[in-house]
Amino acid sequence: MRSFLHNLNQERIVFLLFLAIFVAFSVILPGFLNANNLVLLLQGISVLGILGVGLCVVVIGRGIDLSMVATMALSVAWALQLNIDGMNLYLALAIGLGGAVLVGLANGALIAYAEIPPLFATLASGACVYGFGRLALIHSDLVYVTPAVGDLTLLGQGRFLSIPMPVIVFAVIAVIVGLVLRYTKFGRFTYAVGDNYATARVSGVPVRHVILGQYVLTSTVAFVAGITQAMAVSSMNTRISDTLLIYEVILVVVLGGVGLSGGRGGVRNVIVGTLLIGTFLNGMTILDVQYTTQNAIKALILLIAIIADTLVNPRDEQTAQHGDI
Amino acid sequence: MNESAANAATEAGNVASADPKGSTGEALVRFRYKWIPTHIFGELLSKPWIDNIVPATILLLVVAYFGSTVPNFFLHGNVMDGTRQIGELGFVVIGMMFVVVGGGIDLSVGSNFALGNILALALTNVFGLPVPVVFVAVVATCSFIGLINGILVGYFKLRAFLTTLVMLIGLRALVDTILLKYALTISAGYYDDDFWYFIGDGSVLGMPTSLALFLVMAVAMHMVLSRTRLGWHIMAVGGSRRSAHNAGISLNRTVCISYVICGSFVGVSAFFYAARLGNGGSYPGVGLEVLALTAVIVGGISLGGGRGSVVKAVIGTMIVQIISLGVVQAGLLSGAGQLVLGLILLAAIGFNVRWVKNQDKVLSRVYMSPTYFDLPAAPSTAQEADSPYASNDRLGDVEVIGLDQVDGAEDIVFDSSDNLFCGDRRGNIMRFDAPDYDTGRVFAHIGGHPLGMAVDDKDRIVVCVGGMGLYRVDQSANVEKLTDETNRSLFAIIDDSRLRLTDDCDIAPDGRIFFSEATIRFDMSSWPSDALESRASGRIVCYDPKRDITRTVARGLTFPNGITLSFDGQSILFAESWACRISRYWIEGPKAGKIERVVENLPGYPDNINRASDGTYWLALMGMRSPALDLALRVPGFRKRMSQEISNDEWLYPNLNTGCIVRFTEDGQIIESLWDKSGENHPMITSMREHKGRLYIGGIFNNRIGSLKLKSGDPNWTGPASYWGKA
Repeated sequence: MRSFLHNLNQERIVFLLFLAIFVAFSVILPGFLNANNLVLLLQGISVLGILGVGLCVVVIGRGIDLSMVATMALSVAWALQLNIDGMNLYLALAIGLGGAVLVGLANGALIAYAEIPPLFATLASGACVYGFGRLALIHSDLVYVTPAVGDLTLLGQGRFLSIPMPVIVFAVIAVIVGLVLRYTKFGRFTYAVGDNYATARVSGVPVRHVILGQYVLTSTVAFVAGITQAMAVSSMNTRISDTLLIYEVILVVVLGGVGLSGGRGGVRNVIVGTLLIGTFLNGMTILDVQYTTQNAIKALILLIAIIADTLVNPRDEQTAQHGDI
Repeated sequence: MNESAANAATEAGNVASADPKGSTGEALVRFRYKWIPTHIFGELLSKPWIDNIVPATILLLVVAYFGSTVPNFFLHGNVMDGTRQIGELGFVVIGMMFVVVGGGIDLSVGSNFALGNILALALTNVFGLPVPVVFVAVVATCSFIGLINGILVGYFKLRAFLTTLVMLIGLRALVDTILLKYALTISAGYYDDDFWYFIGDGSVLGMPTSLALFLVMAVAMHMVLSRTRLGWHIMAVGGSRRSAHNAGISLNRTVCISYVICGSFVGVSAFFYAARLGNGGSYPGVGLEVLALTAVIVGGISLGGGRGSVVKAVIGTMIVQIISLGVVQAGLLSGAGQLVLGLILLAAIGFNVRWVKNQDKVLSRVYMSPTYFDLPAAPSTAQEADSPYASNDRLGDVEVIGLDQVDGAEDIVFDSSDNLFCGDRRGNIMRFDAPDYDTGRVFAHIGGHPLGMAVDDKDRIVVCVGGMGLYRVDQSANVEKLTDETNRSLFAIIDDSRLRLTDDCDIAPDGRIFFSEATIRFDMSSWPSDALESRASGRIVCYDPKRDITRTVARGLTFPNGITLSFDGQSILFAESWACRISRYWIEGPKAGKIERVVENLPGYPDNINRASDGTYWLALMGMRSPALDLALRVPGFRKRMSQEISNDEWLYPNLNTGCIVRFTEDGQIIESLWDKSGENHPMITSMREHKGRLYIGGIFNNRIGSLKLKSGDPNWTGPASYWGKA
């Protein structure tokens, strides 16, 4: 416990915050601490959590993927559209996934080979993905899930051992990405690249391939998140690319302590961040707090988390890297 | 034979096959280098504003595309509507530009804009406040949001991206909350005010009000960013936080101010937007941060800071706005606008990244631009030759002064009390006291590399300092800068107002100081590059102490170096090193302003010229010509390839390791030459000064000053007496 407090990093601060809120809600909110509500809580955040887990891969690699939500929306909408237009479901899904992977490859190539800063490469590619998809691939903003998808809807609406499938998907993705990051060569290289690109490069890490892989992985996870989301609400609204969703995903990732400067954090941090946001949203909903007020409070929490992190790990003018924003 | 040797052999073959003198091929080469000024490409490329070419080209293409494909694109109403929006977006982009140049980013501009918009509408429609009060309130509120950002990012050192992201979410929530409660009240209100309409829909000089004010502010902000301390600080902090911090700039305050500026500009923009549309919905400002960032990047402003300008922001704004409008007007399908914007953003930033990374590389390949120069065969310097240049050993018994006390005394000079002064590579003026000159001491420290010197009528030492300009040191060792800039040439592409390589000076009887600047294209350390170019890029400048003005009097000289006033005070003699000649520039009399040749085709590269006691002149040759280099001068392409493909240590360029002293008469007859054949005491010579029957010798690479007893020298003659009539 002493060492826990002694090494008070952002993950722990947020975790304590989560515990505090959880306990507080359990005490003051009737109906918060029951199994049904907790399952709802998890279900509500699972898509956000999946996206967060996907994004944390590139963030650990000192990148960011602002095109993630656009990729999710358009690749899934395309697959659904193909299916509606009469294509075999699995072929359509494979093509949609292929599209997402292609976006990931393009992002990775722009960042690793053309050396465009990730922020702008993905800002631009997000606009391109949405623009191209909307222009050429789908007919309207909203693509509905038709009965033709059959049992796939269970992915969004089914339950396994009375746990909603989205939560299971979240857990599976989290475990897979967690294992990849921790135990594979690619995962370790991702940390190396994020921690210090130049050192990783001179140490013989194939930095460009690693970056390419990160963005492909992130796009793939985005596709999975999109399918889960579409199946849960029976449609995919491509306008979601224009909303603040991508910022919320970033929020979930950094809230848990995955440093934007790369090399720090992991899936656990994302789960902690997601839990805090989920608990908070759930409690606020029970309290019947307005959506806008919830956003304001959410922003405040994140601000406190960032300030706390900066106070605990202050920035040093002599070692700060150029272009760190 | 390995590859490089093979290349060398091929190159040697190329030189050997240079067209013979007088042939048509040679005439063509001569014509090409005389009339096609390719060196201006390098000069253009070295200008900071050259970065604007790419965004400006994109802008033209965009306008041309939409102008030709969209009917009525240039219709008055459409243009007015579009330019009105350019003004509004432009304010936000300029604000964003300040933050990005300072090394940050502000994602909260969209929400801040929405807040300003709703505030303006509430204050007008609901409270009916006067327009100026509304303006001040809106700008103050948005600046306050900027201040919060600034304090968090600047003083608390939070990460700009996350902090402003939080601000984006939080402010949007705040605006939505306000709208939930008061949307009806705000929309139902009515505000009838001519000034308010004028701001929203009026025009000034045919321009929409917002655009007119935007242009005024753009000019003002350009001044702020490029001409004021604040602007320089922001650039410095963005360019390198660490260096700015170590240079004593307050990072906290500078960063904070950049966010406040951004906030206030967002406020101005929101004010105009509110006046134009009166839109009390929740849509205004959504995605504005992306649009503004796109404009900033497409304009060519680097993320990470330190590079950017208002012009770039304006060009970026126009591109983004024209595309957004053009896509709507062209009636393209939904999504096309974003696709086009995204592709242009990618192309622009891709180019920007490559350009920033490789600019220096490109520049160094392109800048060097050797030209054609034809020298006749050099006169023989062989010992047995029947030539005044024939080598001998008259410098063999030179005595040595200040051994290991001086480092690179390019020139030496005596005051009227016989004390010896010389420059030094370490930026000092050294003094050796009369009469024995055995110990030197640092007389004054200037910096740079003091080169040619002269003594004026009040015994002050006037010295040309390489890299700094023209300085004067009085007998109490007070250093005074006389001048470091001259008038800028009308058609020069590079800024030639700054003095880069002043190298020798002399003083006319009326006090005017004539000094040479060897080249305007290179700094002192790059003199071999100028030698390789052999381009006439030097000049003679005159400083008039009475009026304290500096004017260039002669341009287009090939490395003008030594300067001395003729005995009659009517003209100055100057040496052009790479052209191996001495010329006369008339400063008085009927031929004033004219240049005529005095000595041509010297066997070496002339440096300083000084008066001799018998009415002739001493001339230092700092290095001797070689037939290979003379030939290479006629083959500019070979020299260009050489500069690109091998390191400059291995270039073929004038060797400054052995030279001689030559004496010539007023009409250019060479009388004698003095050599150090053993190469031990004084082979390297850049200057010599006669004083009381002895000749004192300096060399820019030497650790000593030479002193030689002259057989024919007048034992009472001194420089100050010759110039100013003092004993």
